[in-house]
Amino acid sequence: MATRWFGAPVQRSEDPRLLRGRGTYVDDIDLPEMLHAAVLRSPYAHARIKRIDAAAARALPGVHLVLTAEDLGELLEPSPLLVPHPALTQPRTQLPLARDEVHYAGAAVAFVVAEDRYLAEDALELIDVDYEPLPVVASLEQAAAEGAPLVHADVPGNVAAHLVQRVGDPEGVIASAPHVLRERFVMERGSAMPMEGRGVVARWDPHEGMLTCWISTQGPIPIRNGLAAMFRLPEHKVRVVAPDVGGGFGTKIMMFYPEEILTPLAALRLGRPVKWIEDRAEHFLAANQERGQIHDVEYAFDDQGILLAVRDVFLHDTGAYTPYGIIVPIITACTLPGPYRLRHYYSEFKVLYTNKVPVSPYRGAGRPHAVFVMERIMDRIATELGLDPLEVRSRNFIRPEEFPWDVGLVYQDGGPTIYDSGNYQAGLERLKEALGYEQFREEQRRARERGRYLGIGVACYVEGTGIGPYEGAQVRVESDGRVYVSTGVTTQGQAHQTTFAQIVADQLGVDPRDVLVTTGDSQAFYWGVGTFASRAATVAGSAIHLAAVKVREKAKQVAADLFEASPEDIELADGKVFVRDAPQRALTLGQVAIASNPLRYSYGENARKLMQMQLAGPRPGPALPEERGGPGLEATAFYSPPRGTFASGVHGAIVEVDPRTGMVTFLKYVAVHDCGRVINPLVVEGQVHGGVAQGIGGAFYERLVFNEEGQLLNGSFMDYLLPTVEEIPPLQVEHVETPSPLNPLGVKGAGEAGTIPVAALFASALDDALAPFGLRIREMPLDPCRLKQLLKEYQNT
Amino acid sequence: MYAFDEPGSPPQFCEEYDLTVTVNGCLYQRRVPVRMLLSDFLRHELHLTGTHVGCEHGVCGCCTVLLNGEAVRSCLLLAVQADNMALTTIEGLAGSAEELHPIQRAFQEKHALQCGFCTPGFIMSVHAFLHEHPDPDERQIRQGLAGNLCRCTGYQNIVEAVKLAAQYLRSSQSQREEA
Repeated sequence: MATRWFGAPVQRSEDPRLLRGRGTYVDDIDLPEMLHAAVLRSPYAHARIKRIDAAAARALPGVHLVLTAEDLGELLEPSPLLVPHPALTQPRTQLPLARDEVHYAGAAVAFVVAEDRYLAEDALELIDVDYEPLPVVASLEQAAAEGAPLVHADVPGNVAAHLVQRVGDPEGVIASAPHVLRERFVMERGSAMPMEGRGVVARWDPHEGMLTCWISTQGPIPIRNGLAAMFRLPEHKVRVVAPDVGGGFGTKIMMFYPEEILTPLAALRLGRPVKWIEDRAEHFLAANQERGQIHDVEYAFDDQGILLAVRDVFLHDTGAYTPYGIIVPIITACTLPGPYRLRHYYSEFKVLYTNKVPVSPYRGAGRPHAVFVMERIMDRIATELGLDPLEVRSRNFIRPEEFPWDVGLVYQDGGPTIYDSGNYQAGLERLKEALGYEQFREEQRRARERGRYLGIGVACYVEGTGIGPYEGAQVRVESDGRVYVSTGVTTQGQAHQTTFAQIVADQLGVDPRDVLVTTGDSQAFYWGVGTFASRAATVAGSAIHLAAVKVREKAKQVAADLFEASPEDIELADGKVFVRDAPQRALTLGQVAIASNPLRYSYGENARKLMQMQLAGPRPGPALPEERGGPGLEATAFYSPPRGTFASGVHGAIVEVDPRTGMVTFLKYVAVHDCGRVINPLVVEGQVHGGVAQGIGGAFYERLVFNEEGQLLNGSFMDYLLPTVEEIPPLQVEHVETPSPLNPLGVKGAGEAGTIPVAALFASALDDALAPFGLRIREMPLDPCRLKQLLKEYQNT
Repeated sequence: MYAFDEPGSPPQFCEEYDLTVTVNGCLYQRRVPVRMLLSDFLRHELHLTGTHVGCEHGVCGCCTVLLNGEAVRSCLLLAVQADNMALTTIEGLAGSAEELHPIQRAFQEKHALQCGFCTPGFIMSVHAFLHEHPDPDERQIRQGLAGNLCRCTGYQNIVEAVKLAAQYLRSSQSQREEA
């Protein structure tokens, strides 16, 4: 089958609606009789709740319901642990509303439902909570310290998990290596900050016995399953829809955010629809965050710059709970070897509780940390040996002929970490050329003579994407000839409605505009997991492809019977179905769809035309032959990848630093990216652009600052700086395509890649620019003040 | 309806106000609580939900609308402040349900949106910006859009879209002048 649409820069079918302001985000849903909720949050990072008095709030006219922990009955259960792991010996997940103790500032304490949001917020002020403050663990260092206060009284040393992995003989190699260095790298928290906050609308329909929830989430089907269990409803009587979602980046998948339970609970209790919309202040206080780690790494290399062994021991800040198990630090441990032939590797981490917002994956999910460590190592080897940093990387790369490459570690999905394919040297060559690497040193020298500090930085990464367990899809051709696709994954801006349509269009010979895709509605497709870990195009895309292939084969069978031809001679193109040698005698796909459903009656223009055509008469035997597998041009398929597929890339940039102000300006930025076969280059480039912008934020602007009381000090867009258009340079994106052998489309994930290497790249470029100062960056994120401070420290020593 | 002060009593504030406002060419008269934000009025009273609220503190620009032709943040205004004024929201930009405004068209052609949440605010800001700067260079565009946050696109395609939109608007302007 010719591919006309796969790989084409098709314009997005989502756009006209969104451009006109006709999208449907959760807060756009307005139901008759709807009430509005607000959440009372703990002002303390750690405190005992001695008493809650909500009488005045309950008495306020217009207030319909006030929930505290004691009103929840059997729902007062800790949320499920999503990904258990034997090393996670002290898991803790949160209650829908805090009882007795709060473990982070922002934890939900009470839930008020009123006629409107203004009134609900008035009522929050009338709730009197008597707190007894407890000692606070506000940082990783503090959590790890001897005799530290305990976040959870029954978790000794604040240690949630401890995991050691070992490949080869790192200790032996380090003991006998010609060069060994030790360094500490520190990463602090940032936040995903989608432009749309979280939100829930819930409606109970007593006639249908149906609970419907619209949630700004990345995983409606797991939420459906959880809510059904909690409320003792059959799963098919709970419908969870992720409508248009205004960005997710990982932060919108976590079972359960308290409001995802409390809003439907209120709707069930009150018999009226209830809406809760998170405002930005709440998002800062109570939406999950990521990135806090401290690495102590020891590494050995030879005189040629070959990395011989790495011994990395790190602490991971999980906040007050472990809702997502230890996925993030496992990913860090498994990502660290990167594109390099590392045969002796010791990885040990401890996951520590702190009195801060819980941690779950945020775009990159543990990978930016790992890439930061490994790429800092590569740069340091180059500096120590006086080699070119790109040459050091080349010498250590896994070669194209060495795939599949077994890293020797157990990955986040419990399977082995095996790279399926890649061509890292090709990516680096492309980067060198696009960046003008060879010419740069001369430019840098001349600039320094004029007192300007230019630097070049590079960073390579390998990213595990497209993990299981599975996704599924249904593809159906209706009588109008249009193709309807439904799948369990959601979309938060990734253009799935367009790219999935492209996959189907090629198989069924139709225009992608005639393929309508429904994502994220548990009633449209019952099975699935969600959109995270750069997996939707790979896993759901493959399922959609398989379902479309089944429909194509069925269309051929049905048409072959009508034309009295062989199915192998039937072709599908331009919305028509015909015998290869007789295209003039064609049926439309809609007519074949009608014919595939053996009724005695059918309606509409297509049906009328079908009746007029001279086609083969009824066959002997049943109207619906066994081999058809049912009526209609419809098929369902599932795809479960054997293991994750590994995308890769290398980014490079030229920056200019002003040592007097600490300001950094990007002069050039090139991202070379390999996500296997590209379904839609517009979309992939857009993903890379956005990822890089978030990466730049995470490298130089976005740092969540907590004081020693565990209070967030920069919880607004005035103080927490998302990059604007003035901070993000023009980006050049280059593609390398090494198809994945693991899935039928040859694709790999693309969603997170842009973000992953940026902090490492930034550090690399700063070191290079400020080499006259002898600077060595060992932390992320930085900011202009911190950079100035570091320069001062280096000048003083 | 207004609870004006009784002589000698502590000052009281009126809680509701009869608001008259023109939105996208339609005249609306509504009684609204005086504390209601303009963004909430547009979204929840008039059901014009294309104006989005991203931060409620006037930084992200998602809620940008035109008030008497000027770009303003509707989350920083009370509805009553728009009394007797004319507003344009994203819903009022395209001529009909079939066509897109040249700015909207440019955004689609340059893939300048992903999740779409910040998009209406950007488009309204661009509308006001291009009115002031019909032939902007890249630097002006970047300065002009620095008040709107986008978390998906990395801005590059938005900048490209603004260049293209400027071109579209200039050529339709010159066509009109020729006619």
